[in-house]
Amino acid sequence: MTATLQILFDALSLGSLYALGALGIALIFGVMRLVNFAHGDYIAFSVFVLLWPTTEAVSILLLGQLPPILLIPVVIAIGALLSMASEVTVFRRLREANPATMMIASFALGFVIKHALLMAYSSRPKSISILPGLAQQVEVMGARIPLLQVVTILATIVILLALTAFLKRTRFGLEMRAAAQDFTMARMLGVKANRVILLAFAISGALAGAIGLVVVVQTGTADINMGLSVMLVAFIATVIGGLGSLYGAVVAGFLIGGASVLMQVILPLEARPFRDAFVYALVIAVLIWRPQGLFAPRSSRQRV
Amino acid sequence: MSLLAVENLVVRYGQLTALRGVSLHVEEGETLFVTGPNGAGKSTLLKAIAGVVRPAEGRIRLAGADITGNAPETTARLGFSMVPEGRQVFPELTIEENLWLGVGIRRNRAAAAADLDHIYAVFPMLRERRHAAAGILSGGQQQMLVIARALMTAPRLVAIDEPSLGLAPKIIDQVYELLMRLRAERQLTLLIVEQSSTRALMTGGRLVLLRSGQIVLEGACDALDGATLERAYFGYDGPAEVTAS
Repeated sequence: MTATLQILFDALSLGSLYALGALGIALIFGVMRLVNFAHGDYIAFSVFVLLWPTTEAVSILLLGQLPPILLIPVVIAIGALLSMASEVTVFRRLREANPATMMIASFALGFVIKHALLMAYSSRPKSISILPGLAQQVEVMGARIPLLQVVTILATIVILLALTAFLKRTRFGLEMRAAAQDFTMARMLGVKANRVILLAFAISGALAGAIGLVVVVQTGTADINMGLSVMLVAFIATVIGGLGSLYGAVVAGFLIGGASVLMQVILPLEARPFRDAFVYALVIAVLIWRPQGLFAPRSSRQRV
Repeated sequence: MSLLAVENLVVRYGQLTALRGVSLHVEEGETLFVTGPNGAGKSTLLKAIAGVVRPAEGRIRLAGADITGNAPETTARLGFSMVPEGRQVFPELTIEENLWLGVGIRRNRAAAAADLDHIYAVFPMLRERRHAAAGILSGGQQQMLVIARALMTAPRLVAIDEPSLGLAPKIIDQVYELLMRLRAERQLTLLIVEQSSTRALMTGGRLVLLRSGQIVLEGACDALDGATLERAYFGYDGPAEVTAS
């Protein structure tokens, strides 16, 4: 029972990260058909701003010194600002370009961010300890669960509920959903393209900031490549969920997180190092079964 | 001053010239039909006015303001409401959300709510299913929805591209019946692209006939006779006379 509960919390907290990442990618794909491969570097950037820029091995806290009540919103805001800046400086100019051009531009942008971080911080991973309170364990029905997991899961639920309310109940949300289905028609009804796209980038970047915080508390290290694995799985989740479907991206994120944790448990000991191979075999199986993804939107047509 | 004035509009798609210097005007309160065979440039004309395609030459003015090359949302905000070809509902939004989307550009929300009531009175079917996804509607119902949605923007001019495309004749009659009712009740100014010139003659208003990107005939619907129209439509004197004799 307690073991099952532990597995459940592992699965949900890993799934939360993937779901938030997938949501960040799916939001932008929805409004402008761009798969933003710089997303992982937004995550790393949001973490490194916690540290004072130095190429020495020491790590001196910069924003990391802020009290949690400020730290969390500031990091999330920095993720959002970086994402918005990349829209204004890079992607806005490429809006008429074909999706492959935009995707390659996103790779390039990712390299720029990564190498800027390399210059400022060197490639050495740095140890970093923020929000130490989250390291303790709490008891949930007999099982000892890291508080970070509980907080991650709760925060993800809050974020998902808030985003759903935003998309369903507000004017901006309505415009964003309409733009994701048929951008040109939405514009012909007066929906401002720049505003909707900028907002999608802001939310996506904010999610990247939140992911950065969770990953850095979890691992205690700041690494230039730390966003990469989350970004990769998140991208796969958006494909499995059905590109363009936010709901699908979230569900697929949780499914991949669940599958990873489950594989870790049920695979024989010798096979565990190859866990990811088994997870991706499942991914391939799902895509053979449903190439359009699990929740492909009815309106996955070309637009803008 | 005309509500809409198009002067010498030229649109090119790469090597292909879709419009070769089209000039037309729409006066406040009138209905202008743009008819013509396939590939005449009818849809391109509307798209150029709406700001979806960029003209190579020429000027477009809406109520005196130059809207040439404007972004679609800017033109929409100036009162040009477009109903594109193929009934572009947002299938995953509810019917009410589809209608409400166009209200974003209006300041007066009370007037918008009154408009919604009026639209629901004209289209009771939309009220009944207002919380259903728009994608479930039939083709004719979707056509009604996109027209209603265009009206929700409180437009000065409504442009409709092929409202009869792909619909059964009985449904086309219903669509036009409702359109004419709305025109009378709300003093709409309409610019309708319609492949069938017969439909235009039945409905009344003014007509321009477009062929190969140029206007080849224009006049009041009740002053044009079928034979002249047919000759201009097909571009030669052949079939009308041959079939007549």
